[in-house]
Amino acid sequence: MRFARTILSAAAAGIMALAMPVAPAQAQETIKILYTDPLTGPFAQVGDQNLKQFNYMIDYVNSRGGALGRKFELIPVDNKSQPSDALIALKRATDQNIPFIMQCSGSNIAAALIEGVEKHNARNPDNRIIYLNCGAVAPELTNDKCSFWHFRFDNHVAQKAEVMARALPADVKKVYLLNQDYLFGQSVQRDVTAFIKKLRPDIQIVGDELIPLGKIQDFSPYITKIKASGAQALLTGNWGPDMTLLIKAGMDAGIDVNFYTFYAHLGGGATAIGPAGDGKVRSIMAFSENHAPDIKNAEAEAWTKSFREKHNFDFYGAALRLVFDSVQAGIIKANSLDPTKIAFAMEGAKIKDVLGYETHMRAADHQIVQTYYVGSFKKGAKYDAEGTGLGWVVENVVPAADLDQPNTCKMKRPS
Amino acid sequence: MELFVVSLLNGLVYGMLLFMLASGLTLIFSMMGVLNFAHASAYMLGAYIAYTLSLYVGFWIALLIAPIICGLIGAAIEMWGLRRVHKNGHIAELLLTFGLALIIEKGVQMTWGLMAVPYRIPNGLDFPLFDLWGTQFPAYRAFMLLISALMFVSIWLGLTRTRIGLVIQAALTHPDMVGALGHNVPRIFTLVFAAGTALAGLAGVIGGNYRVTEPGMAFSMGPIVFVVVVFGGLGSLTGCFIASILMGLIQTFAVVFDYSLADLLAMVGFVVTKATPGSEFLMVTMPRIAALLPFILLVAILVLRPRGLMGTRDT
Repeated sequence: MRFARTILSAAAAGIMALAMPVAPAQAQETIKILYTDPLTGPFAQVGDQNLKQFNYMIDYVNSRGGALGRKFELIPVDNKSQPSDALIALKRATDQNIPFIMQCSGSNIAAALIEGVEKHNARNPDNRIIYLNCGAVAPELTNDKCSFWHFRFDNHVAQKAEVMARALPADVKKVYLLNQDYLFGQSVQRDVTAFIKKLRPDIQIVGDELIPLGKIQDFSPYITKIKASGAQALLTGNWGPDMTLLIKAGMDAGIDVNFYTFYAHLGGGATAIGPAGDGKVRSIMAFSENHAPDIKNAEAEAWTKSFREKHNFDFYGAALRLVFDSVQAGIIKANSLDPTKIAFAMEGAKIKDVLGYETHMRAADHQIVQTYYVGSFKKGAKYDAEGTGLGWVVENVVPAADLDQPNTCKMKRPS
Repeated sequence: MELFVVSLLNGLVYGMLLFMLASGLTLIFSMMGVLNFAHASAYMLGAYIAYTLSLYVGFWIALLIAPIICGLIGAAIEMWGLRRVHKNGHIAELLLTFGLALIIEKGVQMTWGLMAVPYRIPNGLDFPLFDLWGTQFPAYRAFMLLISALMFVSIWLGLTRTRIGLVIQAALTHPDMVGALGHNVPRIFTLVFAAGTALAGLAGVIGGNYRVTEPGMAFSMGPIVFVVVVFGGLGSLTGCFIASILMGLIQTFAVVFDYSLADLLAMVGFVVTKATPGSEFLMVTMPRIAALLPFILLVAILVLRPRGLMGTRDT
């Protein structure tokens, strides 16, 4: 009993110590951005690498003066890939009057957040919050489900599908589609098909397949089928093992097919594909470290290079500096920390991305329109990927103007 | 014809990889009555240990050492873990292996990171062995077939033609009698568990670079191996072998044949349209459910023939 009491009083003392006001290390309070993504569990790698990249970007924005004399600060909160946990993170942000919540992976989580933010902002006009979407790519989020408080800084699936369709070389006449059998994969299947019909009527879709998500152990039979179909290119939105095993099986069988993927350039892809994939795998991306030297942008090259020197992985997310640049510009333009004013200042903004191309945050649906790239996994790249000796060399640059797709958003703006 | 032969080879290779994993598990399962959840974790450990070793001593030595390390880990698990909880019944043992699987996965993540590691096929085997109508058959697959065939033969000889094998077989069914005859049954248990884990480790060494060595590999292989063991039947190595090959072939061929139930009905003159009740279900093609077929078979065999294909007693 006495022991229990000792513990209790020790705990109480601990809580007291935590509750005590910390001596102000900084003269001025920071502008906080709450970042929520999986930081534990099977997808922890995604959140962990994002966090490192975002902190590097925050340092950059702060070195350029922050905003209104204040520095930015990122507050990471784990959401375990669960919408319910993301909503708890949102509650935490609003309780502390944090003006921004940022989230990248999972459109189901994004949909929950949009709804949560809408409700909260309607009920609490004095304590509103802006949702910065850095990678949840379901097209619905800026169409039927669009919200004034939601800003998306990555191209959505339909835009990515258009990039893929535009990147197919003229001599490709037969393609094969293979996607995961769930919302995202079906969306890729539908949009890629639509854009091929629209932009490349000469191309014939010789195979169209859905596979159960994460269940296939051996892709060799699919490769056999793809080969039998006579396809010249395989288009896939697969990620994780469904992508790497597919590509590996293709390399093993030595089939003469080019792989067009959405996600091969993300963490782990290059390692899994390995040198055998030389010149065979393409991925669509918002950024490539090798494009800076291509267009002789020394500043961007130096900035991305110094990230590599600091961390031992690739800076694949560098395009998302746009999120912080936009927030900084928005606050400065609004000359206020009021989220409503900032949101009005952010819509319609035209800001240059890391590589110097102009981007446009469309006021109509808060969807970014930005230049996109198709990179090929090749030997001889200046910056290699994951120490494999091969890197993503940009083959196609699809200008932002080509990706300014129509939308169905009916935005309700606060009065 | 072309499609058939290539698919046959693919199914065979995949089936043999399954067999390598399942043979160890079936030995352990039939002897101890415990579904060892940590079995696929040993497969993962085998791959990771082989990767690390191959950086220093090369693939061939890693091929020898990594399974031995896995076997030692297995022996330790049996001696200091399973044996202690054995008296509390099967549920306790099951939970212990389940916990171990989670711990090993976390341990692997902490040691080797969350990303895939670049564990590659050795240069000496990285070439296409032959060409079938333009589809290459990699030498490494032939090597996998060879190793697993060797494994099957040596386990079979070991179990049926050696003294220790006979004692193990006896201990499978009559542990008390074997103990009464003066054999150290707990030590036999340890031996079998260690050997089973070593076999899983070997499968990892060979499968890790054929597939991708990443922290999720145990989780992705685990369920299908259980299916093979239950389907093949308790205590039957031959059943396990047949079940592995069957699963490999079923999954491979299901992918190749683009038919649905609707096509089957069309053959007897019943045309399914969008208006037919349940048309969504009827029009699902085989490839979409290929990966689920083994689990459907699992349910079927448990209902129709609980002892499995060649099992000697009920599951």
